Amino acid sequence: MSEMTYRDALNLALREEMRRDPAMVVFGEDVALYEGSFKVTRGLLAEFGEERIKDTPISENTIIGMAVGAAMGGLRPVVELMTVNFALLAMDQLINHMAKIRSMFGGQTYLPMVVRMPGGGGSQLAAQHSQSLESYFMHCPGMRIAYPATPADAKGLLKSAIRDNNPVVFLEHELLYNSKGEVPDDPEFLAPFGRANVVRAGADVTIVAYARMTVLALQAAGELEKEGISCEVIDLRTLNPLDAETFIASARKTGRAVVVEECWRSAGLGGDLAHRIHEACFDSLLAPVKRVAGLDVPMPYSREIEKLCIPRVETIVSAVRDVLAASV
Amino acid sequence: METKLRAILSDHELVRLYEQMALSREFEEACAEQYTKGHITGFLHLYSGQEAVAVGATAALHKDDYILSAYREHAQAIVRGAEPKRVMAELFGKATGLCKGKGGSMHLFSPDLNFMGGYAIVGGQLPIACGLAFSAKYRQEDRITACFFGDGAVNQGTFHESLNWARLWELPVLFVCENNFYGIGTEVHRSSALPTVHKRTCGYDIPSEKVDGMDVIAVFKAVKYAVEKVRETGRPQFLEAITYRFRGHSMADPAKYRSAAEHEIWKARDPLPNYARRLLAEGLATEQELEAIRQRCGAIVQEAVTFAEASPWPGEQAVWEDIYV
Ligand SMILES: Cc1ncc(C[n+]2csc(CCOP(=O)(O)OP(=O)(O)O)c2C)c(N)n1
Ligand SMILES: [Mg+2]
Repeated sequence: MSEMTYRDALNLALREEMRRDPAMVVFGEDVALYEGSFKVTRGLLAEFGEERIKDTPISENTIIGMAVGAAMGGLRPVVELMTVNFALLAMDQLINHMAKIRSMFGGQTYLPMVVRMPGGGGSQLAAQHSQSLESYFMHCPGMRIAYPATPADAKGLLKSAIRDNNPVVFLEHELLYNSKGEVPDDPEFLAPFGRANVVRAGADVTIVAYARMTVLALQAAGELEKEGISCEVIDLRTLNPLDAETFIASARKTGRAVVVEECWRSAGLGGDLAHRIHEACFDSLLAPVKRVAGLDVPMPYSREIEKLCIPRVETIVSAVRDVLAASV
Repeated sequence: METKLRAILSDHELVRLYEQMALSREFEEACAEQYTKGHITGFLHLYSGQEAVAVGATAALHKDDYILSAYREHAQAIVRGAEPKRVMAELFGKATGLCKGKGGSMHLFSPDLNFMGGYAIVGGQLPIACGLAFSAKYRQEDRITACFFGDGAVNQGTFHESLNWARLWELPVLFVCENNFYGIGTEVHRSSALPTVHKRTCGYDIPSEKVDGMDVIAVFKAVKYAVEKVRETGRPQFLEAITYRFRGHSMADPAKYRSAAEHEIWKARDPLPNYARRLLAEGLATEQELEAIRQRCGAIVQEAVTFAEASPWPGEQAVWEDIYV
């Protein structure tokens, strides 16, 4: 084990996998010479050279299409979209092509590719640079989605994503890049897809979260413990495959659940998760499942109002209290 | 003075070009009939009139070269070597289809033939073609990628992004624009500020030529030259093939936006009878031999229809298959 940041854990995953597989290439806007706008690709150019790590034009749709073609041709491309917001310019290649090709061509090919996308709000970057688009991707079959909460998962999930022969959308939270944690040194350490983590065991309420929301949920659980409320916190880790079994089992045990998502509430993934719990645990639930979500507004710039738009520890704490109060 | 055909290809190869165009035409006309009967459903875009482009170009490419196209691609796939019966079965939506009935008319794919797909998002195949060319270059494979698209695709962002990228990274791609003058019902001068497509590539420093897409030999020669240039320089080349579709955009389109007079002008340039005349004039085939070829192609297509009809539907379990690895 070594202590390192989420950023360095991602960097290490990229390096280890590039050393392991000569078919792996990395490209994206400013990833090589400039070493990435969040410095996740720091040192890769020096170690692997310009054949394997390449800067691209600002052409998001074609970045994805290039990766699709390269993957079809036998490479293992790992591309970076500078931020998830720019994925909207690439939705055609992501949704109409990447996610469809294996199925519409009758399983005759597969696309071993990863699309890394930093995202999430909370840095006062205003409406066009603060979005959480995980529900957009989760809605579409044909690709895997990972969104790590910890440095260990950042490394382990990225390595699994790279070795996966399905296309993977790999989301990274911009506010987690500097977070620190213990990371296994073993270059064969992989974090599994489709297996949620019970990151804190508890008896009264289940909190389902992912990525930065997991970090906030753990803090909320810590606060609530002081009041004698015991929370079980589940970190989903991957949104596709979705490990519904783990959070359903937990909700059945506790009888109460709060689902936390950073994206907008309307048609957000939390509605789907909450519904799965209602459907599977109806007879063991003591209260309706509560959702904590981003507000349905374009993100404002000003710090004092931006913070109101993103789930916070306090909003999770009060949601848990509400669920307890509403219990039969 | 036209070059004699024998100076360009062997007798056998020259006759084969005719045979492939005839097979494509027979196939497309049979598709129209099967659509009318309700056996083929969904969108159906036919290639009749444009055969010289696919046939001439494919003859000039190596078997190892990748080919990608849009949704008007039955002939592209068949000329590349896809079995007509498996293509027809795909159009019927049968389990024996080239893509197990998951793709249909617009999404033929056969990686063993290096036919890397038909794509139905206008311009969607251009970035993917560049990616395939990049993989070939990275793996030091001796193959180029030929990417076909229509005149409608040239106003998509992917066209500009891909041309820029292909030149910037020096990717071995041959871009072929099949300019049939229409994107559905919109004539090219109503959608493009510069309707002469091949002139657009100067912004990307990509050499470009225009070729008569109704003349299979002209296409063959132009593609052969361009392909040699791609191999020699490792850089992209661009061809604009001037052509015409004899039918509407799809089977749902009666093509009311075109005049009968315009249609007649292009009918007179039909690549099949014109090429047949050249073969006859140069003593490469007799009228009887060409008739025998047409008969044979007709029989192959009939067999394809029979096969497709007799084939089973995909089973219910197929719904969940082949999505993830
Ligand atoms: C992105 C996108 N926009 C619109 C369409 C609808 N559409 C299908 S074919 C077509 C015209 C394309 O014309 P062209 O590229 O010239 O090809 P042709 O049909 O002439 O072979 C359009 C607009 C589409 N399939 N994809
Ligand atoms: Mg057209």
